[in-house]
Amino acid sequence: MFKRVSQIICAGGIAVLASMGGMAPAMAAGAGGDIVEHDWTFDGPFGFFDKASLQRGFQVYREVCASCHGLEYIAFRNFSDLGYSEAEIKAIAAEYDVTDGPNEEGEMFTRAAIPADRVPSPYANENAARAFNGGAYPPDLSLITKARPNGANYLYSLLVGYKDAPQGKEVPDGMYYNTAYSGNLIAMPQPLYGDDIELAGDGDTSIEALAEDLVAFLAWAAEPEMESRKRTGIAVMLFLFVMCFVSYGSMRYIWADIKKK
Amino acid sequence: MSSPEFKNPVVKWIDHRLPVFSFMHHELHEYPTPRNLSYLWNLGSLAGLALVTMIVTGIILAMHYTPHVDHAFESVERIMRDVNHGWLIRYIHMNGASFFFIVVYIHIFRGLYYGSYKAPRELLWILGVLILLLMMATAFMGYVLPWGQMSFWGATVITNLFSAIPWVGDSIVVWLWGGFSVDNPTLSRFFALHYLMPFMIVGVVILHIIALHRFGSNNPLGIDVSGKQDTIPFHPYYTSKDLFGAMVFLTIFASAIFFYPNFLGHPDNYIPANPLQTPAHIVPEWYFLPFYAILRAIPDKLGGVLFMFGAIAVLFILPWLDRSPVRSGRFRPLFKLFFWVLLADCVLLGYLGGKPAEGIYVTLSRLATAYYFIHFLVILPLLSVVEKTRPLPQSISMPVTGAGMSAAPAAKRGKADV
Ligand code: HEC
Ligand code: HEM
Repeated sequence: MFKRVSQIICAGGIAVLASMGGMAPAMAAGAGGDIVEHDWTFDGPFGFFDKASLQRGFQVYREVCASCHGLEYIAFRNFSDLGYSEAEIKAIAAEYDVTDGPNEEGEMFTRAAIPADRVPSPYANENAARAFNGGAYPPDLSLITKARPNGANYLYSLLVGYKDAPQGKEVPDGMYYNTAYSGNLIAMPQPLYGDDIELAGDGDTSIEALAEDLVAFLAWAAEPEMESRKRTGIAVMLFLFVMCFVSYGSMRYIWADIKKK
Repeated sequence: MSSPEFKNPVVKWIDHRLPVFSFMHHELHEYPTPRNLSYLWNLGSLAGLALVTMIVTGIILAMHYTPHVDHAFESVERIMRDVNHGWLIRYIHMNGASFFFIVVYIHIFRGLYYGSYKAPRELLWILGVLILLLMMATAFMGYVLPWGQMSFWGATVITNLFSAIPWVGDSIVVWLWGGFSVDNPTLSRFFALHYLMPFMIVGVVILHIIALHRFGSNNPLGIDVSGKQDTIPFHPYYTSKDLFGAMVFLTIFASAIFFYPNFLGHPDNYIPANPLQTPAHIVPEWYFLPFYAILRAIPDKLGGVLFMFGAIAVLFILPWLDRSPVRSGRFRPLFKLFFWVLLADCVLLGYLGGKPAEGIYVTLSRLATAYYFIHFLVILPLLSVVEKTRPLPQSISMPVTGAGMSAAPAAKRGKADV
């Protein structure tokens, strides 16, 4: 009997481990460009977000990307996940203006944002965004790591992937050469150079470090539930493992008289 | 069948007037079940578990979801971010569809191997194929609801197939869409139907189980139950076994939900639908890939559609294609071989359905499609005539006959008993 129990548990365990560990990287290979595989704190069943890194990432987003890209599904109150206090969140929100209304006179008005507001987008609509960017559309970034294959690694590779075009490669006006982007020609000018930002707490400002923080921040923005999801998952798995043993044992117990015949 | 004696007076009172308790006792408790079922017989109860899970999570999702092209994508994101444990409900529903298909596909191949479609279970089998069709329609419409890029373009490609129907095709497509493209009317009707169809599935599942309980389960030996010594009561034997199976299933299911919830999905569906921008590759969910491969293998649109539906249609008439009187593949050496080839062929079709329709992939898709139909329409009818089957055991409790079956009877029995 014990042999069978162990066989079944092993088989189950292997199936689970395969699904936990081995399978995700099989999705690698992004949208056709060169993708750097990077280790992230949020990878795997025990993954977590490093709050200091998220805060730095938010700063980079705010100072570099926010002029062109929105973050429409994130509300200021969500920043408590990054480790900001309520007062800090109020202060961050107050730095933004949002349109509200209509007021009693029936007019729209502008006011400082409060924690319940979403992060305002830089453009009123897609057409305005395209008009400002030579016809190209800078997508909203709140889901970007989920909306690309191998999202985190792809985004990282995109940010550090601006290189001089190889000999003979024609780069039209308003286009830039990028090794990660599919087709290698992207309408987004290089956003990060490194050492052009001053980070709180003397953070590393090399382009790689900035990109890493930014990717962590955007991975959080895409899956703010990730940490609690994985933590719940560990507890649920432990519970189910026990239930597998218990239900297996009771089945064997019930079937014992059948086997004897 | 004797009526059970109920001790509880309330139960007794009710049962005398409305015999639901007797019914449950007959069908779930004393229901005689072959004693030699393998773990492959767990998949039926797992499919039921999956269906209930989908309905419960689906109803909760529907409380928060908005079926409008301007709000659908955002409402799903709100479920993910702002509804308490909304991410859990949505990930269970999203991965539940995949696991439902995994379970049902294994269930179907189990039936194929052990000849469970043969007399007297033909209608049971046909009801099962009907459930598969309804599931496909339900899952297809459900996938449209989050209104991402793949939702929109998948819906566009699949609804467009109906334009292949001669003469009236184009009008039918406009009628399906409720307009001149996939748009808000399409989304709202898909939502209404997506809510309705799971309950139609429940109805067919009930018929499926009534048909099952008429003659009872088939079994790995494929021979009829010959008496009381061959069966055991469903409860507690198979209830305990089904419970164990459910725990193993939930363990694997939970590992996907909590750790890799998007592994089976397509990243493009996290981009809001954009009718002006076609994705580089439009691929359906993995469980449709074999059918998608068949669709694209045929150079003619109408032909592709006919072959795709034909792939299911042959399953409806399968009980009359395979005329061999022996059910179980265990006693059919040639059939067994071709069974595994068919399984490999279906996996290959699934792989090809996910590849772009070009070059070698097209050629392979055509060969694999041809083989699929040859298996059902040529090989199975031929085997019924030419195959020399192995001798059948006399009964389930004495699974060994004289000739050719001498190998380790004790070990065999141990296995058959679990
Ligand atoms: C000057 C405006 C501008 C800034 C600043 C900018 N972007 Fe972009 N971004 C664009 C445009 C325009 C596109 C569309 C490119 C295209 O379609 O070729 C784009 C596209 C993207 C994409 C999508 C690439 C894809 O796979 O489709 C990502 C991801 C991205 N930007 C991230 C960032 C990040 C992170 C930052 C901050 C470090 C940033 N961008 C800063 C203009 C900008
Ligand atoms: C046979 C059972 C069912 C199957 C196979 C099924 C399948 C699916 C699929 C594949 C999706 C898309 C998931 C995604 O990618 O986001 C979906 C979404 C949805 N389903 Fe179901 N479903 C079933 C039952 C139900 C029921 C009974 C309801 C109740 C109304 C329901 C309500 C919804 C809603 C509201 C959505 C959109 C939210 C979302 O996309 O997460 N479903 N379904």
